[in-house]
Amino acid sequence: MNELILIRDLLIQRNGRDVLTVNSLQIQRGETLAIVGPNGAGKSTLLLALARLIKPARGQLTFNGSPISELNDLEYRRKISFVFQDPLLMDMTVEKNIGLGLKFRGTDKEETRVRVRRWSQAMGVDSLLGRRASQLSGGEAQRVSLARAFVLDPELLLMDEPFSAVDPPTRVQLLNDLSNLLSQDHRTTIFVTHNLKEAAQVGDRVAVIINGNLKQVGTPKQIKEKPADKNVREFLEEL
Amino acid sequence: MSDIIEITLLSLKVSLIATLISLLIGLPCGTWLALGNFRGRSVLLSVVNTGMALPPVVVGLVVAMTLWRSGPLGDLKLIYTPAAIVIAQTVIATPVVMGLTAASLASLDPRLSQQLLGLGASQTQMIWMLWREARLPLLAALMAGFGSVISEVGASMMVGGNIRGQTRVLTTAIVLETGKGEFEKALALSALLLMITYLINLALTMIQQKGRKR
Repeated sequence: MNELILIRDLLIQRNGRDVLTVNSLQIQRGETLAIVGPNGAGKSTLLLALARLIKPARGQLTFNGSPISELNDLEYRRKISFVFQDPLLMDMTVEKNIGLGLKFRGTDKEETRVRVRRWSQAMGVDSLLGRRASQLSGGEAQRVSLARAFVLDPELLLMDEPFSAVDPPTRVQLLNDLSNLLSQDHRTTIFVTHNLKEAAQVGDRVAVIINGNLKQVGTPKQIKEKPADKNVREFLEEL
Repeated sequence: MSDIIEITLLSLKVSLIATLISLLIGLPCGTWLALGNFRGRSVLLSVVNTGMALPPVVVGLVVAMTLWRSGPLGDLKLIYTPAAIVIAQTVIATPVVMGLTAASLASLDPRLSQQLLGLGASQTQMIWMLWREARLPLLAALMAGFGSVISEVGASMMVGGNIRGQTRVLTTAIVLETGKGEFEKALALSALLLMITYLINLALTMIQQKGRKR
């Protein structure tokens, strides 16, 4: 079994309204799945469900072969890591921000220091470790947020449009750095974006979600050449 | 002179204890109100916000009736004791601390709690981090709670009885001296009350500003 995540017949509701339906989706260990779709399509909802931050109305969601609902909530969340659209850094130094998740896990100080150094260097923020989060630029803050997620060495990395709030040149640079890192790191990652070009750059496969339905999963080339239906075609044309 | 020291120390003691108890009740309850997602939350929040403007004399009346010899808690023999003043002042300060705690946490980015959980925080760790993040407005809540009790007179008078050497506090002493036409004494006590309030708020403000610069 090489799949890390298996989703079957998933339905998520909000205020009694269906917001996301996924009939079937498998995510292989080590792959990067990029999820694209228009705003409000349900992409972030899928990530929140995978992080167990919202509960599905029905369906099967398994992690490493075990239903997520049967796993201990905290133990499960400590196997994953979540990067939001905004960096959401705490009012503390960059070093403490990057080590925050390790502190939650009770990692000892020396190991924390070593891991924080390693990932701050990988993300190019090692010179900022002593600075307060409020003094960072948007791009620097998002790099810190990425380091904070990678430092946890998660089995599953969830990224919800992490670069949408930064300016275009910074975004290109961040995307290049991230796709290089992911191609070397082989970490199972789900990367949400509404930009197909970004999805194709980062993802091994791309999933298209439109109007709360998972429409198609395939390689970027397959999606472009053979859109599953009219909705997917129209979405691609709009891009 | 020793009278004044005794009155001042008692004022500080009852108000600090009442503020501390209101913090122990108001901080967790305000957090629950801010982060909870349950039916009737808005109604409860509006009740707490109304409680922030509770008239001290009304609180004094209700607490006095409760602690009165024939009242439901009369057997405890607390009426006209410092403990009765602490109870009344706690009733006054708790909604202030609770309401301002809820407002402080509600002003944080609502996704912050999800981000903390997404980084593997337990519920306790998440709440602790949110308190840390909102520490400046939370300190303001504490100052407001203390301010509401150190300066109140109605409740202290009604449940304490302004008994010399036992339950006389600065505010009730000021009322007494004014009633007697001893305006100089009343003014001196008022100046003392203002100075104490200022010094305590100065200390808390310095802690608050230090937190801002960090």
